[in-house]
Amino acid sequence: MNKISDFSKSFRDSHLVRGLVDEIKRITTQNWVMMEICGGQTHAIMQYGLDQLLPEQIELVHGPGCPVCVTPLDQIDRGHAIASLPEVIFCSFGDMLRVPGSEVDLFTLRARGAQIRVVYSPLDAVKIAQENPDKQIVFFAIGFETTVPANAASVLQAKALGLKNYSILVSQVTVPPAMHAILSSPQNRVQAFLAAGHVCAIMGYWEYHPIADQYKIPIVVTGFEPLDLLQGILLSIRQLEKNEHFVENAYTRAVTESGNQVAQKTIQQVFEPCDRNWRGIGRIPQSGLGLRKEYAFYDAEKRFQVGHIQTREHEVCIAGEILQGLKKPFDCPAFGKQCNPTKPLGAPMVSSEGACNAYFRFSKSTIS
Amino acid sequence: MVDQIPTFEGPVCPLPLKNETTIVMGHGSGGLMTHNLIQEVFQAHFQNSFIKAGNDFANTPIPDTNPNGRLSISTDGHIISPIFFPGGDIGRLAICGTVNDISMSGSTPLYITASFILEEGLQITDLERIAFSMQKTAEEAGVEIVAGDTKVVEKGKGDGIFISTTGIGWLPNNVEIRGDLAQPGDVILVSGTIGDHGIAVLSARGDLGFETDLKSDVAPLNQLIQSLIETIPEIHVLRDPTRGGLATTLNEIARQSNVGLMIYDEMIPVNSTVQSACEMLGFDPLYVANEGKVVVILSKEYKEKALEIMRLNDHGKNAAFIGEVVPIHPGHVVLRTSFGTTRMLEMMSGEMLPRIC
Repeated sequence: MNKISDFSKSFRDSHLVRGLVDEIKRITTQNWVMMEICGGQTHAIMQYGLDQLLPEQIELVHGPGCPVCVTPLDQIDRGHAIASLPEVIFCSFGDMLRVPGSEVDLFTLRARGAQIRVVYSPLDAVKIAQENPDKQIVFFAIGFETTVPANAASVLQAKALGLKNYSILVSQVTVPPAMHAILSSPQNRVQAFLAAGHVCAIMGYWEYHPIADQYKIPIVVTGFEPLDLLQGILLSIRQLEKNEHFVENAYTRAVTESGNQVAQKTIQQVFEPCDRNWRGIGRIPQSGLGLRKEYAFYDAEKRFQVGHIQTREHEVCIAGEILQGLKKPFDCPAFGKQCNPTKPLGAPMVSSEGACNAYFRFSKSTIS
Repeated sequence: MVDQIPTFEGPVCPLPLKNETTIVMGHGSGGLMTHNLIQEVFQAHFQNSFIKAGNDFANTPIPDTNPNGRLSISTDGHIISPIFFPGGDIGRLAICGTVNDISMSGSTPLYITASFILEEGLQITDLERIAFSMQKTAEEAGVEIVAGDTKVVEKGKGDGIFISTTGIGWLPNNVEIRGDLAQPGDVILVSGTIGDHGIAVLSARGDLGFETDLKSDVAPLNQLIQSLIETIPEIHVLRDPTRGGLATTLNEIARQSNVGLMIYDEMIPVNSTVQSACEMLGFDPLYVANEGKVVVILSKEYKEKALEIMRLNDHGKNAAFIGEVVPIHPGHVVLRTSFGTTRMLEMMSGEMLPRIC
């Protein structure tokens, strides 16, 4: 255990951080806008105040890479409908419990008697299914490419064990279609991407070459520690200043070009690309990963017939524009007032990876 | 061969079976079973004249060494799962929680009462272990458990055992320590590594997918605090950062005193196992619970002396200076990172949730 903290410490070395910041300042000659894709990166930037270290010319906008935030409201409502059934034990990652649906959140449902369990892995949900043969166990399978292999593994394991009482409510999404959607928007301001290191650890970065070519945009695979993030920013600025655009890997200790082949095969075995709604963004073609026909038995949406549930977003919340990097949380009239982590209106305020939550918790530092 | 010949002497109507291994509803009836339980478990362990007297009350004297003073009274309910965890149990927690709350005013805790809500099905051996642990902790803290109560709830309506404790302490008139007394220029100290209790208990629940050798820090802090008060005249605030962790406690103080608090990231002592567990789960050690730590805010000139005194105590070995009270951003806590950047520390909102990835 000790090694993990020593390892992360070395990527938080303040002398090295200063060195990288100096180099970024030295080479930056004009204004640049870059987007960190992953919510974990947003979180680290705010936690360490890295944005305060950067020259004013560099603007970081926060991408749609928080899986909790982009899960559409109607899918959350479907989850709530299933979780309310007396025969169901509803399993979810912790973050999801506080996300408000159009009426309540999972915490409230739990207080009303619904059986809701926080799990750390979908395989824990399969275990619960084994232990509770007279109950229906439903796992809320949200996530990007990083979590999808484990979701797939849970279905494969349930099948191998012959479990009839396990199913998943799928709301999985993939990064490359979202990058296309952002770059092809007429309002786009993003000039470089810090690609999500953990997604690339699974998928590699071969998919990103055509995007860099088509939109002439630097894409730098970036990790999550302060030094990782600053290294990613430095490499992006270098490309931008030289008017270059290619895919570069600044997270070589975890990511290879081809990624984790076993995980990719597991994904392909169970899931296939499908159109998917992103909360606040809308429908992005082929951006989701839905269950293949062979595994339709494990589809909770079909099993509990909740597909018809449709809902609308809160009128004040600008989550969509924030998730697309068009606006900052401070631009929202509800930020910190009607909407705060205790009573969130939109998902980015709920998840600890959400941009609004990160801003609320970390960035009032200008007060000092 | 028949081992036992049934006897029909005495009453033969259905009496509750004398159950010696688990708590049953009858243990809360107020009758013979309750009486026996009190005698065999509580009186056996809580050995003092007040308990032995068997009354529903305890008449205790006020300390005669310093008759000019005030009573400090505090009460606390204790629920925890699992009831036995590395470094402690619910009994030790119930004594320490109240002893520490009383001590945070500068009072000397003297007497404790305990009210037990037992769930039907609780093992009596577990209850005995808990009573034993309470007595041992009370002795360690130098307090007496002088009165108690027991109720039993049906299976499924409790979580094994809940313990509420109330404590009485004695506060000399010349001691003034309160949450609203922090002043700009004061220093902020903490008595040791933070987050040990929360992570030890989480890890003992066994659903994290990893194990640690971490122990809860649950401990009575009254002796550490008394030795501080005896030597240092200007202690302004004492508070134990329990639920909500250090960040929440500092926020409470900043609001109560209407001052700004500035703390330094790299100065805050965190056990490397706690740090690793928090990295993996997406928790921040600043928000993880402690049960044997105290935040001390005092005049700058006594900083070194206070650290020296705390480090002499077993529960203060890793005491550290972590920050200062500042005249800016009143009501708020700001953390300065080793990179020179700052961020605001908010109170914990709602339940601490592990992150997805």
